Amino acid sequence: MGIASAALALSATACGKSSNDSGSSSTTDSKAVKAAIAYDIGGRGDQSFNDAAYAGLKKAEDDLGVKGAEAEPSQGESDADKVARLTSLARAGNNPVIGVGFSYAPAIAKVSKAFPKTTFGLIDDTSVTAPNIANLVFNEEQGSYLAGVAAAKASKTGTVGFIGGVEVPLIKKFEAGFTQGVKDTNPKAKVLTQYLTQPPNFDGFSKPDLGKAAAQGQLDKGADVIYAAAGLAGSGSIEAAATAGKWAIGVDSDQYNQAGLASYKDHILTSVTKDVSDSVYNVIKSVKDGKPQTGEIRYGLATDGVGLADSNPAYVKMTDVTAAVEKAKKDIVDGKITVKTAP
Amino acid sequence: MMKIDKDKLIIGAAGPVLALVTSFVLTVLVLLATGLDPIEPIRLMIENAGYSDVQVLIVNQTGIYYLAALAVAIGFRMNLFNIGVEGQYRLAAMVSALVGAAVDLPGPLHILLIVIVAIATGAIWAGIAGILKTTRGVSEVVSTIMLNAITTSLVAWLILPKNFGVQPAGSNDLTTGQIAESGWFPGIDMGDGGQIYGFTFVALALGVVYWFVLNRTRFGFDLRATGESESAAQASGVDAKKMILTAMLISGGLAGLAGMPILLGESHTYSLAFPVNVGFTAITVALLGRNHPVGILFSALLFAFLDKASSNLDVSGYPKEITQIMQGIIVIAVVVSYELVRRYGTRRQQQKVGEELAAGGAIKTDKEVSA
Repeated sequence: MGIASAALALSATACGKSSNDSGSSSTTDSKAVKAAIAYDIGGRGDQSFNDAAYAGLKKAEDDLGVKGAEAEPSQGESDADKVARLTSLARAGNNPVIGVGFSYAPAIAKVSKAFPKTTFGLIDDTSVTAPNIANLVFNEEQGSYLAGVAAAKASKTGTVGFIGGVEVPLIKKFEAGFTQGVKDTNPKAKVLTQYLTQPPNFDGFSKPDLGKAAAQGQLDKGADVIYAAAGLAGSGSIEAAATAGKWAIGVDSDQYNQAGLASYKDHILTSVTKDVSDSVYNVIKSVKDGKPQTGEIRYGLATDGVGLADSNPAYVKMTDVTAAVEKAKKDIVDGKITVKTAP
Repeated sequence: MMKIDKDKLIIGAAGPVLALVTSFVLTVLVLLATGLDPIEPIRLMIENAGYSDVQVLIVNQTGIYYLAALAVAIGFRMNLFNIGVEGQYRLAAMVSALVGAAVDLPGPLHILLIVIVAIATGAIWAGIAGILKTTRGVSEVVSTIMLNAITTSLVAWLILPKNFGVQPAGSNDLTTGQIAESGWFPGIDMGDGGQIYGFTFVALALGVVYWFVLNRTRFGFDLRATGESESAAQASGVDAKKMILTAMLISGGLAGLAGMPILLGESHTYSLAFPVNVGFTAITVALLGRNHPVGILFSALLFAFLDKASSNLDVSGYPKEITQIMQGIIVIAVVVSYELVRRYGTRRQQQKVGEELAAGGAIKTDKEVSA
């Protein structure tokens, strides 16, 4: 620590130097792979997307002996700030550098040109491509389709609810898949859809009270299964559904096993998983192995990149539900069912 | 005469200085309370600001804050609290980006069109609050806050692909489409450091215009007079309602310009990732800068420094949120310290007048004696 700050102090005295120069001298001497992730809004501790990315980095640190670095965004920043952040991470010798979230696309397009030997991971975007960019994308709609099948089968009232955190194209993929899954299983079923906030207000991903109020409204309208794709706000929906004795469906990670939701877990039917942590781990591993991933790396049902969790014993006991889900999964993998990505 | 000016200057500077010192001390206390070294993050930030790329980021952000804070300040001078700068800024950036992407004109005309659309959009949006105030007496604080919320919904609706938005293939972002290169405002290339947005210089020029209009024109005098006392201004022949509406329109137009540095200099599109909260930060910037064009420049620079120099703190193990704490404390401290300084100033003035009266009285008695 002392040496590092001394080195920084030295470089600071050279006026007009770019901050990126500071790390370049110390990069070549160590052989260990250094990996970095730059978080999306919310940063580490959002119990969702960013935390999943961190879990992947942590796993790489533990299993591969990689040295990890993290950087968080500031409020109200522009692409220029993201470019600066990615550049300094790349200059410091991190390889790969992973941008968590589609908002990093314009910045990675620029920075990847300046560092052709560094692999850049870009989650949730394929609009920017280069030989040194690995586009890590997920078929969220496929996992959500299965959730729709399970919801339609488990529902007694024939009314189910979808709660989206923020009305952005990414979350609409969840909605599209879920609705299609419900309708394909029970054409007469009703799907109540609600989004918590509109961009650029991202409270819909972070405020559980919003999720709780929305779920309450859907319960009042007769919904008895509620699927919330709303990050941390979704825990409010789970609370409301569980308190009312109805079913909730979790998202991103297996929420049945989440400590914070332990008191409601009996009512968490299942969760649509999105394996962000594995995608992060795989990029890091590929670089360490000398075969860096490039181009579109798609995580779908076929590769278990998305899926449906089965940790709730009550869910496993509903054999008609699980059978329908298994069949739907097989049909999607075989290409018999094509799931829409937009509602 | 000189002495009074000096007094005024000291009293004018005392407020911001008191606020800054308070926020600095409190931030250090917060760091100490959380068991962190209070000096190291500040040293790191100063060190960061020595790097050319961080300097470019700071300069660019200063221009953005400066424009938005001028918009807030012109309202304040008129005794109007335009909290809607954020909404005017976002809507103007979005609409002008749409228009800019839809047309193809030769260079300067293309830029001019985008800028005019931005000014018009911001002005119209703020004008709604102005009309509500002049015709129905609706407080502009309430109406502009509501207009902010409406902006969010309106922009979210406009940017849907089925309306005017574009979703690039393979992207999860929504944009308004790319503005052709003729609509890019040239910047100054700083090599490794990046690019200083050309519009930053327009922002500075507008600061000069702001000073000139407020202090050297009849309009500026009327505006300040109405701000001080509406009834007094009315009595002296100023149409207060017209002034309120005009001030709101100018404020909104300036707010609309705040999105231009980024739109014309970097993103060339309005997307879901377009920076937010500029308009709210600008309120603090204007308050700290005492609505004076030079004061605002320094406070915009300070806030840009806090924003940008702190971006690397988390890599060194310090929470970068400390700068947000600092900015938050500045808001409170600035209000409290201004009130303290104002009271002190009033007391001092009373004291002075009293002394002068006493002295004058003494002369008078002298005269009486001699007579």
